[in-house]
Amino acid sequence: MEHQSIKIENLSLGYGNSTHAKHEIFPPFSVTADNSQFIALVGRNGVGKSTFLRTLTGLQNIFSGNIYINEKIANNLSRKDYADLMSFVSTETIRIMHLKVFDLVAMGRYTYTNLFGNLSANDEKIIVDSLKMVGMSDFMWRNVSELSDGERQRIMIARALVQDTPIMILDEPTAFLDIPNKYEIILLLKNLTRQKSKTIIFSTHDINIALQLADKIWLMANGKMHEGSPSQLMQTNAFDEMFVDTILKMEDGEIKFK
Amino acid sequence: MTNNRFRTKFYFGILSLTAVLFFVLDIVLGSVSISLDEIFNVFFSADKVDTHISNIIINFRLPRACVALLVGVSLSVSGLQMQTIFRNPLADPYILGVSSGAGLGVALFLLGSSIFSVILPAVVSNFCIATAAFVGSALTLLLILIVSIRIRDIMTVLIFGIMFSGAATAIVGLLQYMSSQSALKTFVVWTLGNLGSATFDEIKVMFIITLTGLTIVVFSIKKLNVLLLGDVYAQTVGVNLKMTRIMVFVSTSLLTGHVVAFCGPIGFIGIAVPHIARMFFRRADHRILFPACILLGANIMLFCDIVSQLPGYSMVLPVNVVVAFVGIPVIIWIILSNKKIVN
Repeated sequence: MEHQSIKIENLSLGYGNSTHAKHEIFPPFSVTADNSQFIALVGRNGVGKSTFLRTLTGLQNIFSGNIYINEKIANNLSRKDYADLMSFVSTETIRIMHLKVFDLVAMGRYTYTNLFGNLSANDEKIIVDSLKMVGMSDFMWRNVSELSDGERQRIMIARALVQDTPIMILDEPTAFLDIPNKYEIILLLKNLTRQKSKTIIFSTHDINIALQLADKIWLMANGKMHEGSPSQLMQTNAFDEMFVDTILKMEDGEIKFK
Repeated sequence: MTNNRFRTKFYFGILSLTAVLFFVLDIVLGSVSISLDEIFNVFFSADKVDTHISNIIINFRLPRACVALLVGVSLSVSGLQMQTIFRNPLADPYILGVSSGAGLGVALFLLGSSIFSVILPAVVSNFCIATAAFVGSALTLLLILIVSIRIRDIMTVLIFGIMFSGAATAIVGLLQYMSSQSALKTFVVWTLGNLGSATFDEIKVMFIITLTGLTIVVFSIKKLNVLLLGDVYAQTVGVNLKMTRIMVFVSTSLLTGHVVAFCGPIGFIGIAVPHIARMFFRRADHRILFPACILLGANIMLFCDIVSQLPGYSMVLPVNVVVAFVGIPVIIWIILSNKKIVN
């Protein structure tokens, strides 16, 4: 019996709190993510994808509505609880002098290591295995600052992997990558949902990749959240909502000029 | 991996040995030349030595060397923490305004005593300067903690620290402008740094504060490592940011506060040593950088103190002058030989 990894009820997105003026940027919506589903979050720049992911990962307070993560109420979770449930890969590019790939990936073991951060033999094995899984074993003692964008993204995924969480969230993991790298990274993530039964949610601007590989798409467009499998969303012409007021349209799964 | 670890341990061993060597040299070398035999006798058969010589060793050179050691360790570790938490290679222990706060305290005390024409004996006056500096830096810390608990963005905290420093410096400038010549000179001399004014009791205080500060840092090492990736990643792997900032700011204020209080605002060590440690060990892991900063900081500060004594001459240079002369070429050399200090 599959359980729901994430259940979102009447969540609206926005900024502000009791002291500052409240500003809603996206009206309430409800979506769900099943265990080991591969979900693409699609929408135009500024629609609120990042705000949504920040809210989902607890980096930003819930504006209104409810989030349940593995059936736990998100509002009651501490940072450590979050870290046990979901790992996160942001869009930020990490370039730090003398930071070894191994040391960066090891940071994902934060909640598992002792007070001083010493790695056990088991921790080291998990780090080595994760690097193998993302195809970066040979880079273990290289400096992070010397890696290409594609290599760095794999390392960041390995770092999320060693955190060993049921859910993984990635904010635009394919930005800055060339086309072969884009596909490789997304296929790598999809394999993780199948082999490690992780639930993975990633935001992306690559609609073609999302249509081809995602199990489900969350489409934020025109003030509405559309949820469904790629084919369902194609049938209901949901993608046209995304191109309202633009020179583009969606036709037979391809983006064309109107 | 094993090869790497061996090299790290080897460097730690060498640096420990050179620290001991510099400590001994710092005691041996000075304006009055004293032989190793005589120094040995001072500690192990006191009756054989001239009281004049044992006085120099026990009351001047030994405390000075201890202070240099504590100052080097404290400032280097503080600098490391500040550079990590602000993710800024130019951050130093004083970036939070601790030294400006201390400077304001000292300036208020000196101006106050010059207005009321109070003339204090040197020992009392030194003690009061230290107290004023400590109160100044403690109040600064309090302010920073309040700000950092209320404000989420670390860059805002950084800007606040810089603005506070600016305001404190401006007030100090006003006080300097209004103060008497002698008070002004005392203040200027204080800003040049002095490793030699601390008494044994004060050194005990410095030692206890350093140990407390370092203990807090030991428990922050793991958090500092994750903070390299920034606040977002740190939080998503389970770091409690508020708690971490409190630990880092309290330990930094303790470590720099006692230095500024007893020795004045000693520059360059805090910014340069963490970079030297990174270049030397080629790692960003704080489990290596923390001991590396302790060892390198002790070595470099002791070396600077030896230079400032100008062995063989009767003059002593202000420590900040020497630290700048030693620190600046090192930083320039690092930049030139590595092309870049970050990224």
